[in-house]
Amino acid sequence: MSKFLNFNLRDFGAGIWSGWNRPTRVIFVLLCIAVSGLLPFAAEFGPTSFLNTPVASYIDVLVYPIGMFVLMALGLNIVVGKSGLLDLGYIAFFAIGAYTHAVLSTLYGWNAWESLPVGMFFAMISGVVLGLPALRLRGDYLAIITLGFGEIVRIVALNIEITGGPNGIPGIPNPPGFFGVEFNLEYSRNFYYIVLVLILLTIWMIRRFTVRRPGRAWEAIRQDEDVAELMGVNTLVYKLWSFVIGAAVGGAAGVIFASKVMVISPDMFKFEVSILILACVVFGGIGNIWGVILGAGLLAYIPERIRFLTETRQLVFGLVLIIMMNIRPDGLLPRKKREKITQKGSK
Amino acid sequence: MNFSVVATEFPSLLLQGLALGLIYALVSLGYTMVYGVLRLINFANSEVFMIGTFATLYVQVNILGFTNTSEPIRGFRLVYSLALCLVVSMLVSALVAVLVELVAYRRLRAKGANRLASLISAIGVSIVLMEWVGLLTGSRPRSGARLMEKSSLFEIGGANFRVDTVLAIVLPVIIFLVLNRFVTKTRLGKSIRAVSMSEENSKLMGININRVITLTFIIGGLTTGAAAFLFMTVYENTTFTIGFNMGIAAFTAAVLGGIGNLRGAFYGGIALGLLEQFASAIIGSEWKAVTVFVVLVLVLLFKPNGLFGEAVQQTRT
Repeated sequence: MSKFLNFNLRDFGAGIWSGWNRPTRVIFVLLCIAVSGLLPFAAEFGPTSFLNTPVASYIDVLVYPIGMFVLMALGLNIVVGKSGLLDLGYIAFFAIGAYTHAVLSTLYGWNAWESLPVGMFFAMISGVVLGLPALRLRGDYLAIITLGFGEIVRIVALNIEITGGPNGIPGIPNPPGFFGVEFNLEYSRNFYYIVLVLILLTIWMIRRFTVRRPGRAWEAIRQDEDVAELMGVNTLVYKLWSFVIGAAVGGAAGVIFASKVMVISPDMFKFEVSILILACVVFGGIGNIWGVILGAGLLAYIPERIRFLTETRQLVFGLVLIIMMNIRPDGLLPRKKREKITQKGSK
Repeated sequence: MNFSVVATEFPSLLLQGLALGLIYALVSLGYTMVYGVLRLINFANSEVFMIGTFATLYVQVNILGFTNTSEPIRGFRLVYSLALCLVVSMLVSALVAVLVELVAYRRLRAKGANRLASLISAIGVSIVLMEWVGLLTGSRPRSGARLMEKSSLFEIGGANFRVDTVLAIVLPVIIFLVLNRFVTKTRLGKSIRAVSMSEENSKLMGININRVITLTFIIGGLTTGAAAFLFMTVYENTTFTIGFNMGIAAFTAAVLGGIGNLRGAFYGGIALGLLEQFASAIIGSEWKAVTVFVVLVLVLLFKPNGLFGEAVQQTRT
């Protein structure tokens, strides 16, 4: 039983993957992309119609929370998983992206494609502003400062005029269509494809980074920051980079989110969401892209699926977290064995 | 910006800040003690506080039979009633804290899991406790009973020393003095400090690590329970989500003072309470949290280990 519980699917999969030659790999990846592209249609067939969620339509759930959570969890994974920094205020970057688009579109008539780079830019700038002082600190101090930053962004949005205070900003336009592809309430499916493209780009980016210098630097920092510093890694710069890249992903998710839901308000960006995204990362398997995607997909989907429980929904969700972490502390798909830190006297 | 308030109401703000700050200090012990030995943020401590407030409420309403319209009592009966509330709140909170340790931390520790895994399981416990109490109370806020007449004892420069305010200042100070003595002088207290310095060496010295960890959770639970009692006495209301803000404030207080350190929790709590009171008077209560975090960032920039430093000079991530 315990052998089954501790089975490392990640290593198993990596073993198969390394045995394949290049064409097989390309075909497999294309197949995966095709399957994710078909996901919006999944609920329409007989045997898979159980995927339908009780309240919101399945396709809407697929965009938010599932798609958004996967995207944000991937972004947070760069910070928490790759360089080992605990960020409890990741939602702030999402909020900054969302508010950037909301303000630019309602006041200046920008469309979502134009605000996307601006939203990412603002998120990155705030990442630098927060990161420069905060990243000099270690471990749990960073956690509390990022937590505070998340709350500050929400409180500022709640109290200044341009963000509409507690009522938020209504009437955010959907992105304009192109090549006959329309984005509005009737075509939620198309939003899913935007998110999917962003997710694929993020995965590609992370994979490129991981095998190059920044990835190695992050790995070194995560395993032992002092040693990394001694080996000549400029830890502050690389930590800042991971922070800023994570922020950019969050900002991009925010812009798309705002253009999808059309109304945003401060209570969408509560601390609980930051925690939920972090839970996605840890639940799936810190540092492992597939684990993070699986974790985010499940943790976003489960609360929607069990909406019929109404009152006990959150309670069940909490129980799922406790039980899962007790059974598999390394997450559903843990990172590769060789990447694990051998923690001396770990607690 | 309204600085004239400070000039006119300085003593009163000082008093209110002190009372609030000492409640924060008691809760932040639940974070700082556990952090000292485990190097983990005890995320579920906020719910320990929440359950403490409901335990106090339960004793007030269901055992002693008070309502918020009942006649205030005095004399020996008042002391006895308050003491009963305090003791029950402390014991229930300590029990919950021990349960949290058993459910969220012990198994994971035995497996040598990473710190984030424990964090998530503690968050899970926190959600479960919060939702459970939410179900029991129908998610409605509850107002507590007023046991005593909150008469003014004396007044200094416009600061009104009411019975409950004085209690909220005196009780935490006593608890801190007792705890300080316990940690520095007794065998058990010394074993707590030993574990916080080095778990491996403590093991070699024959210290039962699990017992020490349970003990720190009990102490954290007891002080958090005392804080919950004081909170109910002074502010007289609670709801199932009350732990969240209190938890963030208390954890901030612990970091501000220097986490893992008794004195740090004490002074950090006071500093935070004063800061919040003055910030809400000067800038407005909606900017209170922002001010607190800006000050926290500044303090950590210049004193990275908090105002009073960590208990042990080690910077483990």
